[in-house]
Amino acid sequence: MGQPVTSTPDALSGLAQIYPPDRLLCGPAELAPFESDALTAFRERPRAVVLAESAGDVIETVRFCHRKQIPFMARGSGTSLSGGSLPIRDGVVIALNRLTRVLRYAPQERIVVVEPGVINLHVSELAADDGLYYSPDPSSGPVCTIGGNVAFNSGGAHCLKYGMTANHVLGLKAVLPDGDVVELGGPSLESAGPDLTGMFVGSEGLFGIALEITLRLLPRPERFRTFLAAYNDLSMAGDAVALVVASGLLPGAMEIMDRLAMDAAEAAVGAGYPEAAKAVLLVELEGPAEEVAAEEPKLMAVLEKSGAYHVHLAQNEAERAAIWKGRKCAFSAVGRLSPDYIVQDGVVPRSRLGEALTEIEKVGRESGIRVANVFHAGDGNLHPLILYDGNKEGDLHRAEEVATRILRMCIAMGGSITGEHGVGVEKRDYLPEMFGPEDTEFLHMLRNAVDTHELANRGKMLLIDEHD
Amino acid sequence: MNTIEEIQEAVRASPRLHVRGAGTKSALSGAATHSVAGLSGMVEYNPSEYTFTAKAGTPVAEINAILANHGQYLPFDPPLAGRGATLGGTIAAGLSGPGRYRFGGVRDFLLGVQLVTGEGRVVRGGGKVVKNAAGFDLPKLMVGSLGRYGILTECTCKVFPRPETTCTIRAEFVSAEAALEKLCALATASFDLLCLDAGPADTLLLRVGGMRESADARVDRLNAFLGASTHVLTDEEDAQAWQSAGEFSWLPKGYGLIKVPINPARILELEDAAGAMNPAPVRHYSVGGNVCWLGWPNDAGAEHADAFLKRLNLPGVAVLGSFRQALLGHQTGDAFARRLLSVLDPEQRFQPYAA
Repeated sequence: MGQPVTSTPDALSGLAQIYPPDRLLCGPAELAPFESDALTAFRERPRAVVLAESAGDVIETVRFCHRKQIPFMARGSGTSLSGGSLPIRDGVVIALNRLTRVLRYAPQERIVVVEPGVINLHVSELAADDGLYYSPDPSSGPVCTIGGNVAFNSGGAHCLKYGMTANHVLGLKAVLPDGDVVELGGPSLESAGPDLTGMFVGSEGLFGIALEITLRLLPRPERFRTFLAAYNDLSMAGDAVALVVASGLLPGAMEIMDRLAMDAAEAAVGAGYPEAAKAVLLVELEGPAEEVAAEEPKLMAVLEKSGAYHVHLAQNEAERAAIWKGRKCAFSAVGRLSPDYIVQDGVVPRSRLGEALTEIEKVGRESGIRVANVFHAGDGNLHPLILYDGNKEGDLHRAEEVATRILRMCIAMGGSITGEHGVGVEKRDYLPEMFGPEDTEFLHMLRNAVDTHELANRGKMLLIDEHD
Repeated sequence: MNTIEEIQEAVRASPRLHVRGAGTKSALSGAATHSVAGLSGMVEYNPSEYTFTAKAGTPVAEINAILANHGQYLPFDPPLAGRGATLGGTIAAGLSGPGRYRFGGVRDFLLGVQLVTGEGRVVRGGGKVVKNAAGFDLPKLMVGSLGRYGILTECTCKVFPRPETTCTIRAEFVSAEAALEKLCALATASFDLLCLDAGPADTLLLRVGGMRESADARVDRLNAFLGASTHVLTDEEDAQAWQSAGEFSWLPKGYGLIKVPINPARILELEDAAGAMNPAPVRHYSVGGNVCWLGWPNDAGAEHADAFLKRLNLPGVAVLGSFRQALLGHQTGDAFARRLLSVLDPEQRFQPYAA
C-alpha cells in the first residue's frame, strides 16, 4: 500500500498518551519475547508492544493506529503455529493477556461471556462444577487464549462431532480496524439476519479485534470409553477410520499417532502406548452410560476387523488421561527428537487418509527429512511434524520443501491447506493455489472493504501488495 | 434461472433482484422477482466423507431421501422440507429445525458455498471437507443473509449418521414456570437429547436417539428425572410429532410466523408480554429454549410485530405471512454488515425490502 509511515518518536509519544511507561514496551530487550510465536522460524521486531488492561485501551489504540496509519495486531499467548501472531515490522502489538475477566457466567443458559485474554482451558474449569465444558480443545488449551482461538477458528480433537471455535461462539463485541465498535450475535444459539459472528471468527485478525466473546457451553458427557488400536502399518490405521465412519458410529474423537510421535510422547510423559506398533488409532466414545455401553461392542468389533493387531480399552480414568496426555503433548514432545520442526495442518478427504499418509512417508524419505505424524483422523486433519535442525545448512529449506509438497497434495486431493491453525504467514503463498486467483482476489476485496489501509494484522492470510 | 450464467445475466440486467427458492417462506419470498428453484440437483455425495454438494434450488426433501438411503441425515432438521423448501432457501433464511438442539444448526453444517454477487461475480468460499480454516467464512455469512449478500448457486454440507432409532417423550407440567425450570435442568444434564422443545410453554417435547438396545433404559431414566405426567411416542407417532413441529402445523389460520432467537432466561418475560396482548401471539419454543417460533395474529397488525420485539430488545425474522420487512426487532452489527455489502452488493441490487 505504501502509505507514509508515522515516524517512530511520534508514534511512541502518541501511545504514551494512552499507556503509562510500564505498559508501553519499546526497548529491544522488552520487545524480544514478542518477536515470534510458536512458528519459531519467523521473527519480526515490532515498534512497540502495549499491554492493554481494558477494552477501552484496545479501542483507543486501534483508533490511534488508524489515525496515524500504523499497522497493529492483537496478541494473546503467542501460540499460533502459522505465524498468526508474528508481529508486523514496525507495527504495534496489542497484548491482551491482561483482559482476563469473565463478564458473565450463566450455566442455566449454557453461556459464558469472556474477555479475549481468558485462557481456553480456564473456561472448561470454570464451568466444571455445573457439569458443563467448552468444547474446542486445541492442544495448546492450557495456555492459548480465547481471543486467539476466535481469530484463528481453532479446533482440537473433537471437531467432527462438535465443530471448531466458530461453532461455539454465539456473540461478539469487536473493534473494527477503523475503530468502530460493533456487537454481533447475542446470547442465543440462533440468530436473525446474516451470521456476522461466524464471518468474523477465523478472520485472522484482519477484521479487527474481539473484545467480548459469548461462548456456548455443553453438558459434559456422562461416560467416556477410550480405545487404543495398534497397527503394523500407518496407512492401515488411516483406513480403519473409514471403517469406523461406515459403521454409523459417531465417536467424540478419532486420533492417529505414528511411531515417531509415540516415541516422543513416551519419552515426555510415558503414555503407555504399545511398544511395537507402527501406528495407533485412538477412538473415544462418549455419551449417556446406556448408549456408550451399547456402542462399545460394536466399535470393538469394527476395530478388531480393521487389521489392528491389538485393541485396548482404557480401564479407568487414569489410563484414559495418560492416553490423552501423550496425544496432547505430542507437538512439544517432538522437540525432544529434533531441535526444530514445522507443523502442517492440511486436510484431506477422510477416505483418502491412508493414501495421504503413504505419500507423506514417501516425501519424507525422498527428502531425507524425518516426519512424525499426529492427527485428527476423524476429520482428515493431518498434522505432519517436519523435523529439521536450523543450525544445519540447508535443513530448513529441505523441511520447507517437504511442507510444500504435503500442502500441494492436500489441495490436489480436494482438501484444505489448513484445518485449524489458520493461514497466517506460513501458508499465505498457498491460499491462491487452494482458492484460485478470482476467489483469492475476492478475499482481498472483502478485507479492503473492512480495512481500507490494511492495518489490522497486515501480512497474515493474504499476501500484501508486491509494491508495498 | 436454471444456470449460473443465467443468474449472472439476470444480475447484470436488473437494477433490483429478489430471489427465492421454492417460495415456502411467504414472508421472505412473497415479492420475489426471480427463482433459483430450477437450479436443482445433487452434484456430489460422498457418504464416507459425511459431505454432499447440491445446487441451491434442490428440494431438501430430495436430499433427505438420498441421505436416508445411506443411513445419514442433516441433523438440524431443515424446516418446511415437507412443503418443498430448498437447500439454498433454508440457508438464506437461516432456519434450523428442532434437531438443531443436539449438533448445531444450518450454520454448523454448511461447509462451502458458491454464489453470485451483486456485480455478477461467481465466488466460492469455504471448502468441501469437514474441517477447513482457510480464508474468510463466507458460508457462515450466507446463513440468514436473506438474499442480501448474494445468490447462492451451490452448497456443500456436512451430514451425520442417522441414529438407529428415535423416540419422543411428551411431558406436561402444571405451569410454564415448572416446565421451564425442567427445560433448564435438562439442558445442563448429560442426557444427550436430539431435540428439546416446549410448545405450548407448559409442555416439553424431548427426543431421544441412538442404539435400539439402549432406548428403553434412557427413556426410563428421563421419565424419572422429569417427574411429570409423560407420554412416550415411538415410530410413526415420533416421526409425526417432529414433522409437524418442523412444518409449524400448530400455527393457527390467520397467523404469521416470526423466528425469535432468545434464550431460556428470557422466556418468561416473552410469555408475559405475549400473554398480555389481545389477540395474543402463540408461542412454540424450540432448541432448548433458544428459539421462539412466534405466531403473530394478523389481527394484531403485522406492523406492530417490530415494535413488540424492539420493546423486548429481541431480534426476529419474519418467516410466514406478510410483514413490511424481513428483519424485525433489535438488530446489531450494521457497521460490519455495511462494509461487507459494499463488496458483495455495491449497487444494492439485492435490497428487496429497502424500497
